[in-house]
Amino acid sequence: MSDQPAIKTENLGRIYKIRGAKKGEARQRVALADVNLEVPRGEFFGLLGPNGAGKTTLIKILTTLLAPSTGRAFVAGYDVARQPQEVRPRINMVSGGESSGYGLLTVRENLWMFGQFYGLDTKTTYARIDELLQIVGLADRARTKTSDLSTGLRQKMNIVRGFLTDPEVIFLDEPTLGLDVGASRDIRHFVRRWMDDRPGRTVLLTTHYMVEADELCDRVAIINNGRVLACDSPANLKRRLQREAIFKLEVSPLRNGVLAAFEQLPGVRKVVHSPQDGRSELDLILEADEALGGVVTALNTHGAHILNLQKREPTLEDVFVDLVGMSMTEAEKAGEQELMGG
Amino acid sequence: MFKTFSRSFFPAAWLGWQIESNWTDPFLFLAFSIAKPIASVLILVFMYNAVSQAGPDSPIYSYIYLGNAFYIYVTEVMAGASFSILDDRERYRSLKYIYIAPVSIPIYLFGRAVARFTTGTIAVVITLVAGVLFFGVPFNPLGVDWPMFFAALALGIVCLAFMGIIIGSWTLIIRTEPWFVGEATAAALYLFSGAVFPLSILPVWLQPVGFLLPMTYWLELIRRALLGPGAAAFPTLSAFSNAELFGILMLIAVGFGIVAFVAYRYFDRRAREEGMIDAQSNF
Ligand SMILES: Nc1ncnc2c1ncn2[C@@H]1O[C@H](COP(=O)(O)OP(=O)(O)OP(=O)(O)O)[C@@H](O)[C@H]1O
Ligand SMILES: [Mg+2]
Repeated sequence: MSDQPAIKTENLGRIYKIRGAKKGEARQRVALADVNLEVPRGEFFGLLGPNGAGKTTLIKILTTLLAPSTGRAFVAGYDVARQPQEVRPRINMVSGGESSGYGLLTVRENLWMFGQFYGLDTKTTYARIDELLQIVGLADRARTKTSDLSTGLRQKMNIVRGFLTDPEVIFLDEPTLGLDVGASRDIRHFVRRWMDDRPGRTVLLTTHYMVEADELCDRVAIINNGRVLACDSPANLKRRLQREAIFKLEVSPLRNGVLAAFEQLPGVRKVVHSPQDGRSELDLILEADEALGGVVTALNTHGAHILNLQKREPTLEDVFVDLVGMSMTEAEKAGEQELMGG
Repeated sequence: MFKTFSRSFFPAAWLGWQIESNWTDPFLFLAFSIAKPIASVLILVFMYNAVSQAGPDSPIYSYIYLGNAFYIYVTEVMAGASFSILDDRERYRSLKYIYIAPVSIPIYLFGRAVARFTTGTIAVVITLVAGVLFFGVPFNPLGVDWPMFFAALALGIVCLAFMGIIIGSWTLIIRTEPWFVGEATAAALYLFSGAVFPLSILPVWLQPVGFLLPMTYWLELIRRALLGPGAAAFPTLSAFSNAELFGILMLIAVGFGIVAFVAYRYFDRRAREEGMIDAQSNF
């Protein structure tokens, strides 16, 4: 089955029933709809999307923890719903933002035990544990009880657990969530290096940090509201915006409501407004440089002063804005409001 | 097959032992392994003295004492196995990582149950020693049929582990208060298993429950092995020979094994459909 793609989904969908929904409230939530993805072996694949987009749901289905509601999914050529026992020896998973593990065991014992579950012999297990702990900078804590580790160190142990079994396909669900900048960077480097050392291994990483997706992934799927909106290499995704001109503006604080007027201006594709203290940040996606003049005039008529103006290269965030019509932060707020019944 | 068994069973038993023997505080260790079983036995001894005129020489006394002592295993092994799956899920947040490993979850639970057996044994032995030393339970090591005792014990533990697997996989799909299910079941079955009174005291329509439970035959065999002829304090099962009781217990073990397998398949499917494998129940 090694000629099969690492991951393949066919019209995959998942609906959650909402328990205790009151009259008039939705009784179910569509977490994934019509997802068709194919990830070849050896690829570093990213899923980029805001909170609630369906990233974790997709990972849970692919790792055999959750049954799909519609469609099918295959990992290493095996159906995750019907042949979980074929899928499991070939995969592993690490999720961020939680502390798992047995607090009463030491780091080494915890990891050894998980090696045992995969049938690894003790010698190989210890050799790999020592090597991986060294790489993530946890070697001096090998004999510390897990309960005495900080959240970040515990997450590093969790990462080692995932890679310990040398899986064909590894699923990383926001592995750097809640880690400081340095630790996140260490982990990104580690994962990148692991991939480079082992051609044929596949990583599926979910994140809502666009830099992470951009820096690490061969291809990225942008996902919102359970749907895959685009799937391509970061460079190609950004190339979609090549003809557009992207500007970053800092202006004195703007009143609410003036933005709608901006989007009506000729040549303006999209304006994202992020209020900061004492000023407003605007990201403009324009059809061409010439449209900037109209925006500057409009700002003047609203009495706003330009503090800073910068032309910049498109990012994956811009691609998201272009596809969804709002920024990831706005999409998250919109999702929350929908949940509140607003 | 054997590989799946060994990589599920041994680490599970090892983990269970680490958790159960994690007595960093020797005072707590004493309290749990000695005070608890002794307290429950004292209640029984006083109740017996208050209610019965027969005194500790009556075979009924040792019947009750032994039934109560060995019932400790039911709570430890059966409730313990079902408790460990919730513990993994909610306290250690690691059930999902065990689940996606190439292990068999029922065998994993079996391993955890066996670890519970080890710690349960400490409590049972303490209760028995106290019974012989202080509470007048007749016991003659030379008169005990040891092969029969260990055979019955092993068979009974297997049955209890199967029951633990059934309850454990059921608790996976219970959303509110799944924590109490194991111990509640152990407490409820206490009534039906002839631990402290014979089944014939139960209303006729409730008796079949007792006759379907492995504990009924298991406790009878344990008593016969330990007490010899004196075990026949109550006539409920006296018509059966030892061999017949073993046969029945064996059949029940096979039956519960099949039920455990089917129940696990069913609850596992439901749990994956409902997204319960990494859920947190309402606290
Ligand atoms: N067990 C559940 N019951 C009901 N709804 C759920 C359940 N799990 C997830 N959802 C909903 O399904 C949608 C997708 O959730 P999911 O956890 O997959 O998102 P995500 O992309 O991983 O988000 P995040 O970035 O916050 O982790 C959300 O609207 C979420 O509220
Ligand atoms: Mg998530």
